Amino acid sequence: MQHLLGIEQLTAGDIEHLLSQTDRFVEVSRRRMPKVPALQGRTVTWLFYEDSTRTRLSFEQAAKRLSADTLSFAVSSSSVRKGESLRDTVQTIEAMGVDAIVVRHSSAGVPAQIARWVSGSVVNAGDGWHEHPTQALLDCYTIRERLGGLDGLHIAIVGDIKHSRVARSDVLAFTRLGAEVTLVAPPTLLPPSLAGWPVRVSHDLDAVLPTVDVVYLLRIQAERMTEALVPSLREYTARYGMTRRRVDLLADKAIVMHPGPMNRGVEIAADVAELPRAVVVDQVRNGVAVRMAVLYELLAQPAGRELDRAGTDEVAGPPDVVGAAQEGAE
Amino acid sequence: MAERERRSTPPFGGVFVARTQVLDRDDVRRAVWRMAHEIIERNQGLDGVALVGLQTGGVQFAAALADALEKIDGERPPMGTLDVAFHRDDIGLRPVLPSAVTDIPWDVTGQVVVLVDDVLFTGRTIRAALDAVHTYGRPRAVQLAVMVDRGHRELPIRPDFIGKNLPTRRDEVVNATLDGVELGELRKEAR
Repeated sequence: MQHLLGIEQLTAGDIEHLLSQTDRFVEVSRRRMPKVPALQGRTVTWLFYEDSTRTRLSFEQAAKRLSADTLSFAVSSSSVRKGESLRDTVQTIEAMGVDAIVVRHSSAGVPAQIARWVSGSVVNAGDGWHEHPTQALLDCYTIRERLGGLDGLHIAIVGDIKHSRVARSDVLAFTRLGAEVTLVAPPTLLPPSLAGWPVRVSHDLDAVLPTVDVVYLLRIQAERMTEALVPSLREYTARYGMTRRRVDLLADKAIVMHPGPMNRGVEIAADVAELPRAVVVDQVRNGVAVRMAVLYELLAQPAGRELDRAGTDEVAGPPDVVGAAQEGAE
Repeated sequence: MAERERRSTPPFGGVFVARTQVLDRDDVRRAVWRMAHEIIERNQGLDGVALVGLQTGGVQFAAALADALEKIDGERPPMGTLDVAFHRDDIGLRPVLPSAVTDIPWDVTGQVVVLVDDVLFTGRTIRAALDAVHTYGRPRAVQLAVMVDRGHRELPIRPDFIGKNLPTRRDEVVNATLDGVELGELRKEAR
């Protein structure tokens, strides 16, 4: 794997592999000195054309815990404002000797385009309404941590599906790992067509809640209000907000997730966010380990996983040796 | 770590063919028993001593040593496992095994940490392990126990407790388990 552009490119096996690698980085994060020299000498840079605090900080923390060098690049104060093209910016960065570029951009497909230009690795940290793969991976990891796995779970994704790259990546990841997904949203906040999406759709949150293991709330972006897609925030909360009353409709073990930043009082009530079943803080914490796994996968193994597979397949010999090798071959 | 992964990794890959049995199961058991006594002798007891088995080959020997130490001294020392993959100087040449768990659930500060591995060869695994152990605290001392010392060191590293000194050629392969120690080689196999 050279780039991580979306969940779309990953098989269930790839996702499982990244999640099991994440376990190892969770262990690293618990150490007294939570840092390993695995990516010493590699350089990671950020190219964020859109605001972000948690994703950027999370990637930065991940890179530093792997001992990679990080180059900061603030688009708002760079020559991009002097009219430099994306291609020139990328080529400039690459010429400085960068091994991975983490990209966020408001247009879908920009990370894929950059991946065609560079010889290093590209990680999509969110592109337009398209994908946000590391968010989906950390969501899968958090669900697995709390509920043991995704296979057979029923997950409701609630809110602004139409403008959400998180929803897209999550739907792909959740369903690939065997979960059933129901999208819950007013028709104005659903994509014009859901053809090909392996999901069910509902407009009635109260009816869906008792059947789910996970309710995933998306942020209602205040800027959408000007487009009159929802009559008012209060009406949205009344019909789709996770209120205290709705929490009581959930099964005992069901968890509440949110990618952040939360609008308390809109899609999630202030006190609901504090319940033990609300795992928002776990999501953020796991985000660092997941991104360590992604950076390690892209940068530490130049020949990629094909190399592993070729190696492990080859092994034969005394029974105990074969057993050990197969254990290692996932 | 060492031998098993070396064998399952492409530049070294192939089929292990045993040529000679060097130690049998009883020999290994006796060697473990002797090393346990040496560990107690060196440290004048087991006070503050902890074992850390290196994934994957060293773990079985760390467990066997813990069993022996418990029988001799009446007290079982804490035992952890360590995978040094993230600390190696040849990252990328070897696969990371998901089954190789790192688990040192205590602070090693002030302890005598005995690293345990199956085969000591170049010393690079141990160098990485020394690095890794220090992310869990500052041990009072680190000692090294290996079932087989096969020579060919590339770093100034020396074991404290040795099951068997076994002179080898570089291209030979040593397979050390609780069932015995075999010397052999890798045959490339056309598929």
